[in-house]
Amino acid sequence: MSETLLEVKDLKINFKTYAGIVQAVRGVNFDLKQGETLAIVGESGSGKSVTSNALMKLIPQPPGIYDQGQILFEGRDLIPLTEKEMTKIRGNEIAMIFQDPMTALNPTMKVGKQIMEVILKHNKKATRDSAKKRAIELLDEVGIPFPEKRFKQYPHEFSGGMRQRVVIAIALAAEPKLLIADEPTTALDVTIQAQIIELMKKIQKNSNTSIIFITHDLGVVANIADRVAVMYAGQIVEYGSVNEIFYNPRHPYTWGLLGSMPDLENSEDELLRTIPGSPPDLTNPPKGDAFAPRNEFAMQIDYEEEPPMFQVSETHFAKTWLLHPDAPQVPIPEAVQKRIDGYLAKDGVKHV
Amino acid sequence: MSEKILEVKNLTQQFGSIKAVDGISFDVYKGETLGLVGESGCGKSTTGRSIIRLYDMTDGEIRFKGEDINGKKSKRDLKEFNREMQMIFQDPYASLNPRMTAGEIIEEGFEIHGLYKNRKERKEKIGSLLEVVGLNREHANRYAHEFSGGQRQRIGIARALSLNPSFIIADEPISALDVSIQAQVVNLLKELQRKHGLTYLFIAHDLSMVKYISDRIAVMRRGKILELGTSEEIYQNPIHPYTKSLLSAIPLPDPISESTRVRIPYEHEDTDAEATMHEVFPGHFVYGTDQQIAKWYK
Repeated sequence: MSETLLEVKDLKINFKTYAGIVQAVRGVNFDLKQGETLAIVGESGSGKSVTSNALMKLIPQPPGIYDQGQILFEGRDLIPLTEKEMTKIRGNEIAMIFQDPMTALNPTMKVGKQIMEVILKHNKKATRDSAKKRAIELLDEVGIPFPEKRFKQYPHEFSGGMRQRVVIAIALAAEPKLLIADEPTTALDVTIQAQIIELMKKIQKNSNTSIIFITHDLGVVANIADRVAVMYAGQIVEYGSVNEIFYNPRHPYTWGLLGSMPDLENSEDELLRTIPGSPPDLTNPPKGDAFAPRNEFAMQIDYEEEPPMFQVSETHFAKTWLLHPDAPQVPIPEAVQKRIDGYLAKDGVKHV
Repeated sequence: MSEKILEVKNLTQQFGSIKAVDGISFDVYKGETLGLVGESGCGKSTTGRSIIRLYDMTDGEIRFKGEDINGKKSKRDLKEFNREMQMIFQDPYASLNPRMTAGEIIEEGFEIHGLYKNRKERKEKIGSLLEVVGLNREHANRYAHEFSGGQRQRIGIARALSLNPSFIIADEPISALDVSIQAQVVNLLKELQRKHGLTYLFIAHDLSMVKYISDRIAVMRRGKILELGTSEEIYQNPIHPYTKSLLSAIPLPDPISESTRVRIPYEHEDTDAEATMHEVFPGHFVYGTDQQIAKWYK
């Protein structure tokens, strides 16, 4: 087993607003090993981006409050660190890729200079010449053709996919141990998305970087993740290896997410399975299981007491009372199970 | 097959020196959903906007219910055209006036077309439209910012339906929404189509949703339609290398197959003046030269 790089323990983050205190992240626990990719999946407002920004200590205070918990990066808690100490970690140890490559780049500065800036800042021994050489190498590594020529161009001269490659080159410039990618492909076309994901996988293989990949697209998760955390209303509701989450999902919210995706194979006149209603207001989170009002399998206890994380396997956990030994046995909904069986049959696998 | 409701012939839309849409032709049949897919900048939205007369087209002909939409029209005919053809926009945040309530937004069309003049009747109609799209009657008095993204899109749909149109252009109606909400809106669109016999032109870049909702699909790239056929044909039997490449790029929620999946890159091949639409199978069209089609279809 490789070493644990990051451990998040009982993280709680609140925001003070006029409408009251928003409990955006409500007790999140996960860890990340070296060279591993963890995907955090959830809908808007689930707290996935707040969680990832918190790892970089990018939550503005005020209105944000790190209410509780620890973020242990190589065993050291980041929460009490000062802004000055954090600056040494940001970019150097943990780097981030954002959704929109246009706003992440400086439109008035040539891309080469933007990459050099990072190299010079993080490596005291680097000279202008060595930084330039390295910047061109990086552009080449992320698959930008004619790197010498591109080095001298401005962001507006790049297409969306090429811009995201530049952002990745900048993120890699300081050779970080952890790369956080917040919806890095959402603004891109599918064919470009596929290229960027290939690129991130290649980088990970070459440099053993750990990746946290934030997305709402389950197809992308299946492609890139080793492990998956499904978030709902500020909490992780299911957590497991990518195969466990996709072939043996246990939480009704995960069932809902998988059921909402159209199936390319069949399903002509069937309606899509939907999750009725919308996520709860986190200024006043509901008592009990936050998903209960949208859960067709909700029981009395769901409205009264919050479920703990139940262990499904050594690596698989789900936060639902349905896994309690006294709960009625609820199988995976037929439509979802049928689709999983279809995929497994095609993959030539009987059991996972 | 049923009658044609829309005929697009050789539509060209030029902005300055850029041909956003480059001489495309297709028909839409009554009661069907035609999916128009392609990547950003391929001209799919421009096509939709030319059809609903948001742009004056550069060249070509568009006939709606047999009549040229750009022909000389009386004020009354124009109003009738506007009533019959409606649009649902991508961004439910930008397409609703923040200073109007949901009721006022829906009511605007009635005002223009002089419908439901009786106040009670009008209130009743607004209420029933809100219910049709899965909202409550009480929502009529709320402003756009009081709704979530999915709810806003439902208001956009209610507005589009308010004048009993027969043809709806939906321009990326679900791209801005969360997965579970996307499914709700798609189901709603399907149900409305069944109940009211609507015809949809569904513009999107998400191929899996398009496959799900469309009867036929047209694949666009650089202002041209490269392939057109039934959804089944396009997915099971794609012929144009670009369609193949697009399909291979869709990630599926199946980790085992994803780990071994090979994406097909697309190498652009220049099509010279000889390239035309070929009907490879009945109803399945591919754009290219004779040699290209022969090469692709092996």
